[in-house]
Amino acid sequence: MNFNQWNGFKIGKWQDTIDVRDFIQNNYQPYEADSSFLCPATDRTKALMEKFRILQKKEQENGGVLSIDVDTVSSICSYAPGYLDKENEIIVGFQTDEPLKRGVNPFGGIRMARSACEAYGYKLSDNVENSFKYRTTHNDGVFRVYTDEMKAARHCALLTGLPDAYGRGRIIGDYRRIALYGIDVLIEEKQKDKKEIGKNTMTADNIRLLEEVSQQIAFLALIKEMAAMYGFDISAPATNAKEAIQWTYFGYLAANKEQNGAAMSFGRTSTFFDIYIQRDMDKGILTESQAQELIDDLVIKLRMARHLRTPEYNELFGGDPMWITESIGGMGEDNRTLVTKSSFRILQTLKNLGPAPEPNLTVLWSDRLPEPFKAFCAEISIDTDSIQYENDDIMRTSYGDDYAIACCVSAMKVGKQMQFFGARTNLAKLLLLAINGGTDNMTGTKIGPQMEPISSDVLSFDEVKERFDIYLEWLSALYVNTMNCIHYMHDKYAYEKSQMALHDTVVQRLMAFGVAGLSVAADSFSAIKYATVKPVRDENGIIVDFITEGDFPKFGNDDDRVDSIAHDLLHDVSVELKKTPTYKDAVHTLSALTITSNVMYGKKTGSTPDGRKAGEAFAPGANPMHNRETNGAIASLNSVSKLSYLDARDGISNTFSIVPEALGKTRQEQIENLVAIMGGYFNNCAHHLNVNVMNRELLIKAYENPEEYPNLTIRVSGYAVNFCKLSKEQQREVISRTFHESM
Amino acid sequence: MTDLNFRISSFQSLGTVDGPGVRAVVFLQGCPLRCHCCHNPETWDIKGGNIISGEELLHKILRCKAYFGAKGGVTFSGGEPLLQAQALLKLIPQLKEENIHVALDTSGCALNDTVKKLIDMCDLVLLDYKYTTDDDYFKYTSMKKSAVDDFLSYLNQVGKPTWLRQVIIPTVNDSNESVSILFKLKDKYSCIEKIELLPFRKLCIEKYKELGINFPFNDKREATKEDIEKLKNAVN
Repeated sequence: MNFNQWNGFKIGKWQDTIDVRDFIQNNYQPYEADSSFLCPATDRTKALMEKFRILQKKEQENGGVLSIDVDTVSSICSYAPGYLDKENEIIVGFQTDEPLKRGVNPFGGIRMARSACEAYGYKLSDNVENSFKYRTTHNDGVFRVYTDEMKAARHCALLTGLPDAYGRGRIIGDYRRIALYGIDVLIEEKQKDKKEIGKNTMTADNIRLLEEVSQQIAFLALIKEMAAMYGFDISAPATNAKEAIQWTYFGYLAANKEQNGAAMSFGRTSTFFDIYIQRDMDKGILTESQAQELIDDLVIKLRMARHLRTPEYNELFGGDPMWITESIGGMGEDNRTLVTKSSFRILQTLKNLGPAPEPNLTVLWSDRLPEPFKAFCAEISIDTDSIQYENDDIMRTSYGDDYAIACCVSAMKVGKQMQFFGARTNLAKLLLLAINGGTDNMTGTKIGPQMEPISSDVLSFDEVKERFDIYLEWLSALYVNTMNCIHYMHDKYAYEKSQMALHDTVVQRLMAFGVAGLSVAADSFSAIKYATVKPVRDENGIIVDFITEGDFPKFGNDDDRVDSIAHDLLHDVSVELKKTPTYKDAVHTLSALTITSNVMYGKKTGSTPDGRKAGEAFAPGANPMHNRETNGAIASLNSVSKLSYLDARDGISNTFSIVPEALGKTRQEQIENLVAIMGGYFNNCAHHLNVNVMNRELLIKAYENPEEYPNLTIRVSGYAVNFCKLSKEQQREVISRTFHESM
Repeated sequence: MTDLNFRISSFQSLGTVDGPGVRAVVFLQGCPLRCHCCHNPETWDIKGGNIISGEELLHKILRCKAYFGAKGGVTFSGGEPLLQAQALLKLIPQLKEENIHVALDTSGCALNDTVKKLIDMCDLVLLDYKYTTDDDYFKYTSMKKSAVDDFLSYLNQVGKPTWLRQVIIPTVNDSNESVSILFKLKDKYSCIEKIELLPFRKLCIEKYKELGINFPFNDKREATKEDIEKLKNAVN
């Protein structure tokens, strides 16, 4: 292949086959110096942001949703073009015909679409209702095959947040391919693949793949059509930086119109864009200020992406998140850093446009990142609390150097791997179920192997552990089988056609399971082992509470006695899950991640032996339980870093909150110390860190007077939220978390 | 490996305000002084706290080493760390073998051969220089000012990098005059690298109540950031 649009690029095998990584490796320029080259927002950008802010304010005043198009089914070409300010926008495209207006996407489930409309005072049109009368949704399909046991596990919240009523998400199209190759080349390549697949024996798997590729081709054509509606011909490669960003964004926009996935991540684009920006600068047709404008404009667009959700969904995933995760930095396999000037530019948007939760800016941390970049990240973290960090040095060995993060912590090779999102199971609740011999003490549901509740006056570690293992084995099989049903049906009724068109045809699949309540379960086991735990029974002999006497080691203090329990729990879950085969032979992975659902999980879980009372929130992700850390922040980080990424290759989320004064006396000291802390943590092979540098008092003020803090952003578990968009309950939980202070 | 035990009040794995960089801070138990402004009355009782072996303390510190970066290390604070100088003499060489920066946060209340050896081993001394007059010193700390001056003279004699620290208590030692006397010590003692003014805080009231001890400076107001800035500007 050769195109005039590629003039000035170094040749490579990327010209013979779809290979964006090879293009990047051949053409990017690592940047090792500091941030002094960056430009502030232009007046144009500021004016555009102001228009956005006005709409955002209206959206908040309207109860969180500006408006809904109830007459149209969301799809790639179903809306007329929409603009914020047509004359002044550099990058264009909205999901519907008006900014912040939400579309209706019933492919996951019509009930969810209906109730979401109703929750905001709208009614889904008869037109949409009628057209889905004769169409099976993903949700319909799943419930056709769910067993009674699966429904019971779902009902009593042993398995929660299952993607069985909305788009599963966590799939990242390689949107860059559109910019580099243009749609026509991508269609031609898929047609070639289709021909090859046609030569195989027509097994069920082969026929399914053939149909999928055929749908991919149709949807590539739709993306082209959508771009044409905006006045762009994207059949050929992009000629300059503006087009490269616009073409890439069109790919992402199409995905968002087609799918309402829980996490719609953007990929790893800034270094890719940098190549185009650098080429334009070398030609003298782009200034630094103009380059920043391009990135700023893209980020404004990403900040304006919206999906229509129900209030129940928001209870799980608070703050209206999209998880438009963009992965930044990291190192290449040849030891050159993948940090470029555009890695700085995208972080600079947090200064130019103000702090914001989206896009979910994720720095791929390596010990070998250029020091000025580390310092710039730390500075932005201290100022905005809007960045998360993930350990490139441990992910690169599994995923190479062109992976990106989907959602919060899920790594996958861009365009080569996809994930079946698997929500999470509640380990604390499983422990209680085991102690009670298969009766859920919150709902009375009988589920799993049935036996008598433990009858002793004092819990014995060996007896409880033996039982727990029986229930873990049972639940793991049920969990995998449930996921298999969900993803079979999602593929059948809500397949991600445009996103999968931007993957290789033969794609590797990961099935990402999750656990919640890890620290509660570990501390509970520790209490049983090192203190005296006496069960309290109700009139039916069900254990509903515990009296815990004496002290016991608690996760978060760098104490091996309990940290090893947490480590082994995660390991055991990982081993058990792998015993049941997955749909499409996906690789089993596991995460310790809860989003904001730790509040809801806690609500549905009875009192636990660690002293946590029924209904009290869990700690988020892999975090130690609030305020049980008595040895300071590093001891807490050390405990979490003992959890092995090999057991939880889908990520181990840790949210770290520290008051500014505890980081150092001067701003310069604070930056240096934050860099040192992250360096130590990640050198211990830890996986993920959310960094919040703020005072609890600020959150309390925002809790009491939300209107005064409309832009207060805080990292929760794997994502950032606008604090004021959380429910009051979620806000209280965030306030109650450990804020590391100086003594 | 040392077989000596330490009596510690608490172990803080992340400290950033007691010496340079990211530091583990060991709050040793026991103090002979009874400073009116003391923030940690729970560290006074020489029989209080928890006993921890030198080996375990070394392990705890080494677990933090990865986070120290280029500037950080460990700070022995208290309480008064000089009271446990013998045990420190055994532990610190092991820390130095690991190239860990060691700071000593002390009132300078004693200066004998053991203490001198201890000073020799440390990389930095954070010396509390609490008041600038003999009267105030004795009245508010039960220690003579001459003791801290002797200690400082020794630090200067051996060229030990030193940071002077003073808690600024409104109406007690917050006059420009007092602070300028403090800053003039720099001219006399070239070992002083830095002088830190720390605002007096009253977060410790609850601790006093719990312990049933009277907090002598309960009637003083807290010093603000602005107070400190003003003083710094006045003397610079």
